[in-house]
Amino acid sequence: MGSAGDLRLLGRRIPYIEGPLKVSGRAEYTDDIKRPGQLVGRLLRSPWAHARIRSIDTSAARAMPGVAAVLIGTKYPTPFGVLPITHDETALAVDKVRYIGDILAAVAATDERTAERALAEIRVDVEVLPEYVDPQVGLSPVASPIHARGLLGTNIQKEVTQHFGDVDAAFARAAQTVRVRGRFAGVTHAFLEPLVTVAEATPDGRLTVWSATQVPHYLHRSLSEVLRIPMHRIRVIKPEVGGGFGGKSDPLPHEIVCAALSLETGRPVKMLLDRDEVFLTNHGRHPTQNEVRIAADADGKLLAYDITALIEGGAWSSFGTVTTYYNGVLAMGPYAVPNFRYHGRRVYTNRPPSGAMRAHGGTNIRYSIEVALDELGERMQIDPFDLRDRNALPPRSLTVNQLRITSTSFRKCLAAARERSGWDQKFRKLPFGEGMGLGCGFYISGSNSPIHFSPKMPQCTVHLKVDMDGGIAVHSMQADIGQGSNTLLAAIVAEVVGVPIERVHIARVDSDVSPVDLGSYSSRVTFMMGNAARQAAESLRDQLLVAAASLLGYPIERLRVGNERYEVDHRPEVGVSYTEALHKAIEARGALTATGSYTAPPMGGSHKGARAGTAPAYSFAAYVAHVVADPDTGDYRATKVWAAFDCGRPLNRLAVEGQIEGSIHMGLGQLMGETMSYRGSRLLNPSLLEYKIPTPQQMPEVECLLVGDDDPEGPFGAKEAGEGPLVATLPAVANALYDAIGVRFYDLPITPDKVVKGLEERRREGRVWKGE
Amino acid sequence: MGRGVVRFELNGQPAEIVTTDERILLDLLREDLNLTGTKRGCDLGTCGACTVLVDGRPTLSCLLLARSASEHSITTIEGLTPREGLSEVQRAFVEHGGTQCGFCTPGFIVTATALLRENPHPTQDQVVEAISGNLCRCTGYSKIISAIRAAGGP
Repeated sequence: MGSAGDLRLLGRRIPYIEGPLKVSGRAEYTDDIKRPGQLVGRLLRSPWAHARIRSIDTSAARAMPGVAAVLIGTKYPTPFGVLPITHDETALAVDKVRYIGDILAAVAATDERTAERALAEIRVDVEVLPEYVDPQVGLSPVASPIHARGLLGTNIQKEVTQHFGDVDAAFARAAQTVRVRGRFAGVTHAFLEPLVTVAEATPDGRLTVWSATQVPHYLHRSLSEVLRIPMHRIRVIKPEVGGGFGGKSDPLPHEIVCAALSLETGRPVKMLLDRDEVFLTNHGRHPTQNEVRIAADADGKLLAYDITALIEGGAWSSFGTVTTYYNGVLAMGPYAVPNFRYHGRRVYTNRPPSGAMRAHGGTNIRYSIEVALDELGERMQIDPFDLRDRNALPPRSLTVNQLRITSTSFRKCLAAARERSGWDQKFRKLPFGEGMGLGCGFYISGSNSPIHFSPKMPQCTVHLKVDMDGGIAVHSMQADIGQGSNTLLAAIVAEVVGVPIERVHIARVDSDVSPVDLGSYSSRVTFMMGNAARQAAESLRDQLLVAAASLLGYPIERLRVGNERYEVDHRPEVGVSYTEALHKAIEARGALTATGSYTAPPMGGSHKGARAGTAPAYSFAAYVAHVVADPDTGDYRATKVWAAFDCGRPLNRLAVEGQIEGSIHMGLGQLMGETMSYRGSRLLNPSLLEYKIPTPQQMPEVECLLVGDDDPEGPFGAKEAGEGPLVATLPAVANALYDAIGVRFYDLPITPDKVVKGLEERRREGRVWKGE
Repeated sequence: MGRGVVRFELNGQPAEIVTTDERILLDLLREDLNLTGTKRGCDLGTCGACTVLVDGRPTLSCLLLARSASEHSITTIEGLTPREGLSEVQRAFVEHGGTQCGFCTPGFIVTATALLRENPHPTQDQVVEAISGNLCRCTGYSKIISAIRAAGGP
């Protein structure tokens, strides 16, 4: 699958095919949809963090003119959740509320004002329960566990213990050890398009749902489960999605409630969440405390990792079981570490649920490891690059926890970042207040263990259809959320069939006609959809070549794909056009169709949780950041990042650069200031004014160094570039800040006040940095 | 609540619309006039997705009462898009990767158009200053900035 040959289109800078619609405001997002007779749906959210519901009186609300339906949780009590093993959410609260923002009731009314007034008329009587916001407290049995499923009366949602090799023996013989304790505030996606759903139940017994979702298929399944309607009578449509970053990957309660309101009223309902509701829905990166101990021998070869993580889950499980595994197992690259122990716990709290956010599970642990390695290198007087190069995982290897590594160009990433950044002339040599830091990355290119009906079923299917006009219609449930997957899908088909990309039309995701793909999460799309698309396109091409062969009188083996033309090898003047071949092929069998699919090969060990972290390929990264810090104000800025990234062969350089630059933006946000800020259980900053994402002034210049070799199983040699580019950002900048001012930070975000405090502490200790 | 007629120029055409006193311009555009190219990101004036031109100046339509548009000229993304093809700045956004999810894009196009009309060759700092009221979570801004500068010509 890997060989790429001479590519016409792939590998270039390919502008997004839907770009003209987006820049003209003509791209259709869910909130742009308006159905005849559409009602407005609004939600009553809990002001209590933890309470048992005694009664909900909706009679006054129901009686109001203009109110079409009022809904409470007892009507649809079936639990759901993104992971089949942790269905602990309900569409609306049934017996308890678990965070400020939990959904108590819903109204559908003719207009927003009426809906809001109706919500104000709903009377809720509750018994307030003790609230739990400290995951440490939730480790022990508590008076009122948040969920009945917590372990032994605690609030522990998931506990993972793994041990490979002999960690204690490795530490006993280590020449050097280092320990880092990291603390990470929760952060959220802050996509620009708010959460929004439109649902329409129709008299033919069908339900159509348009939603801003990354995973139309999981929404489809959850709607079916909770509403008790067979999947074939539900139609899920994904319009353009205005960013997701993981925050639209769970099936979310408002989507189900919106559909339920349409079923109740028989009319279309739109539910657009306010921005503060989007913050409360959260599912962002988990607040986390971790501890990393690293042992190395006298040459700086890594002997062991000993890792613990305490992860605050919020009110629901969401992807939490995966999160709990990932915080350990994703530590196992990009270095070879022969002994590994991990103890991770994820604890429910009475706060908005955490979930999957870009580079899910890999970001916080990577920060602690990369900062610890910086410390290790310093103590052992080994250059950070040399230390990492010495320990790089080789290609075609297995990690100690049985992750299968096929391609890795990590060493090339190191070499490129070192050379381009001028590292050897700058590291520890720049004046006080200026520094260089290295941080490295490793991430899955698709999960090998997807949430699915059966592991034997394909994770992606692509259908192609070509009729007499010669346009190629592509159907798949892959979900473009702005990362450019539609463009890549079109480009792969165009490349293989030998037509311009303008001939290819990506049909909107519509479960009535799109074959199942598991959507945009776990950085799976390029790898899995790309392989399925290639297979489908090759099948189509072969049908066209058979027709061309019969027209030309040459055997098919002698033909090759030209530019909208199929021609004889070594005699390119003998050939037929794409259209001639197509029409010949259609004569024989009508409109052409072709199917391609991708199923990940079996992999992983046999231990408990062995499938967590397995992926058909992994991305690798080595980033160098240059930082300038002001020791008086504590202000600092990354001025430049040299981002060496191994995504295998980049298929659309414009999109890959966009993913790297956007990832650096998001990583810097978490490092420098973004915080889901709470007083107890109450979220204090649910707005884009108070939750501050980096401004253009804070963005560094980014130099993308795409040095990956072809991956043997990736489509045309490609791997992921959507999430992996985030993880190296945080430690690269933190390590550069250390080089600048001689202070290490373990508590994120690193705000200017912490910088000033850190400097004061260092000076108090009498440590002098770079002749300051 | 009071109702009245608001008269203004909308995308170069005179418009006369009956609306309520408290109607927000963004709602008027999106809900009443189906001009859905102007996006609703926060309703609080924090994200810039709803930016329109009022008398040529970038303005947040979610913070403006429709009646205060009376006697002014309003230009939305629909009014900045040529009948055929794209404007220079729109084309630059596509070619330079200045749009990813696209939700913030109309607001950026509106802001950038106003900037380039005033200053056809903005410096990096001038572009950054001009777009500081528009949030983007996808691009990290660099391709937006290079698109705007490219649209200004060499």
